[in-house]
Amino acid sequence: MYTAGIDIGSSNIKTALWNGLTFDVWSQPTGWEIESTSQAAIQTLLERSSLNMGDISHIVATGYGRKMCGFAERSVTEITCHAAGASFMINGAETVLDIGGQDIKVITMDRDGKVTDFLMNDKCAAGTGRFLSNMAVLLGYSLKDFSEIPDETEIQTISSMCTVFAESEVISLLARGIQKQNIALGLLDSIALRAAGMVDRLSSSGSVVMTGGPALNKTLASLISKHLGRPVLTPEMPQHSGAIGAALIAAKRNI
Amino acid sequence: MHNIGEIIEKMREGTAMGPVRVKEIKERGIPVVGTYCTFTPWELINAAGGFPVSLCSTSEKPIAAAEKHLPRNLCPLIKSSYGFALTDTCPYFHFCDMVIGETTCDGKKKMYEYLGQMRHTHVMQLPQNVDGKNSMVLWKDEILRLKSVLEATFNTDITNEKLSASIKLRNRMHRTMMEFYDLSKLPCPVLTGKEIMLVSDYLKFSFDYEEAIKLVSDLTLKLKENYDSGERRICPGAKRILITGCPMGKSLEKVADAIESRETGGIIVGFENCGNLKCSSSPVDESSDPIDAITEKYLNIPCSVMSPNTKRLELIKKYVREYRAEGVIDVILQACHTYAVESHSVRECLQEAEIPYMAAETDYSQGDTGQLATRFGAFIEMI
Repeated sequence: MYTAGIDIGSSNIKTALWNGLTFDVWSQPTGWEIESTSQAAIQTLLERSSLNMGDISHIVATGYGRKMCGFAERSVTEITCHAAGASFMINGAETVLDIGGQDIKVITMDRDGKVTDFLMNDKCAAGTGRFLSNMAVLLGYSLKDFSEIPDETEIQTISSMCTVFAESEVISLLARGIQKQNIALGLLDSIALRAAGMVDRLSSSGSVVMTGGPALNKTLASLISKHLGRPVLTPEMPQHSGAIGAALIAAKRNI
Repeated sequence: MHNIGEIIEKMREGTAMGPVRVKEIKERGIPVVGTYCTFTPWELINAAGGFPVSLCSTSEKPIAAAEKHLPRNLCPLIKSSYGFALTDTCPYFHFCDMVIGETTCDGKKKMYEYLGQMRHTHVMQLPQNVDGKNSMVLWKDEILRLKSVLEATFNTDITNEKLSASIKLRNRMHRTMMEFYDLSKLPCPVLTGKEIMLVSDYLKFSFDYEEAIKLVSDLTLKLKENYDSGERRICPGAKRILITGCPMGKSLEKVADAIESRETGGIIVGFENCGNLKCSSSPVDESSDPIDAITEKYLNIPCSVMSPNTKRLELIKKYVREYRAEGVIDVILQACHTYAVESHSVRECLQEAEIPYMAAETDYSQGDTGQLATRFGAFIEMI
């Protein structure tokens, strides 16, 4: 018995296949044709396991494009799915910080992964994955290098959180001869400070599970931990947490 | 079964006819007085022989024009109100003889300075708290000052007899609305929140009060009869939501739409925000001196501009109980500082009472409907 989850995010479509014991996952850029890309994303996963659509008993869609997914039998919000996914990947998780392509969510939940409260940022890309990748491009970093800024680097404070203003601030800092790794650390620190502030508004103690693509950035995770004074745990596949949660919900059908 | 859709449609048409009716009123030489806020004492205007009209303030359209004079980072309600006046695109503003405003918040009182350059504007000084003798004295003075202004402007006497008659009429309107709102106390609601909004608007913009009272009472009666005969217009599993916060109008129908969409699965059972339950649930005392009774009723509106404003917290909890709400959604307009700040204390108070709560910040643009749907969807999945 298989179930599947599909998380149609603003940057990437993530799919997860659950056989009751283990997960297989896949991810590809969302692009501009959500329906056909969703179809391709689930097909890729099925073909890898030599399965077809008929073998999947239930599919749940989540993410901002969840209503565009014709083959999913129902849609569940990404908040509920991230909670379920994080709770599965990190046993006993109570607080989730999800930084996605276009928003930041903080979710608190009970021991069963059921959401008890949540908070989302404004309608703005400030401090999200999109901000992060724009800034990496601006500084000529690969996402991998951007996530491994050496510890001894000095932080160049960045005051603008708006994607557009931060870009001009970075350009003027470069023009003043500031080292790019100092600027990179400053950018990550500004995101970390904002994210930590959001976590603090909703939960005051215990470890925080970080999900979403930016959770792969080790420097960012450690800066958030430093600001919070609390451990930040990153599961193995943080960007797939929503899809995994959706597949688990599809298996339970009653969350 | 009675045809409810037909009555609702009649009300929709009645509301749409509002501008034509105001034009007729104006042509008959009857005073038209523009208002923006629940704090404006409706009874005084009525007793002066005038028609109070709610001025346009809930569309995004005139905001760009308003930003020529007003800062961008200001609440959309203030910008929209001003923009409508500036572009002369609100028929009610066009036909009104004067405007009554209140010093509810900083943005509004400063905006009225500019509005006054376009139309005779009288601003009432609203005290900043409800308790204490001084607030009562100040507000009574303001009520009396408004009375003189209306008398002088429209060359009339506002006698106690006229005031008592206006109080009685307004109380009947409130009672009619309360009987209507109370339908949502039923175990399975009979109307959507969007329909409730429409009925409230109808009473506001149909200027034949007797006809409006009759039609709303008729709707209430027929809905009840249909319910008793087993009609269920609303999906029984829908999660019951109480709305609180800033006023909602046309542009914020998106909030009701997002909550009540099939995917989200919510149903609004009450509006605690301006002009609805909060306004109609406390009538003016008909047995005391009319001026004192009006002073007391309006001063006691639990709006976030008052500090402290603990009565709002009690009211929300009371409505949650009475309307069997399963969650509270606080609708906050961008840059509305008083409601935004108060959100924290509402959250804490409801947390203690174990009532699920969420706040959603929005403006009049329609660009955030997806984000709102996700937030409301997650909230309803949670409760």
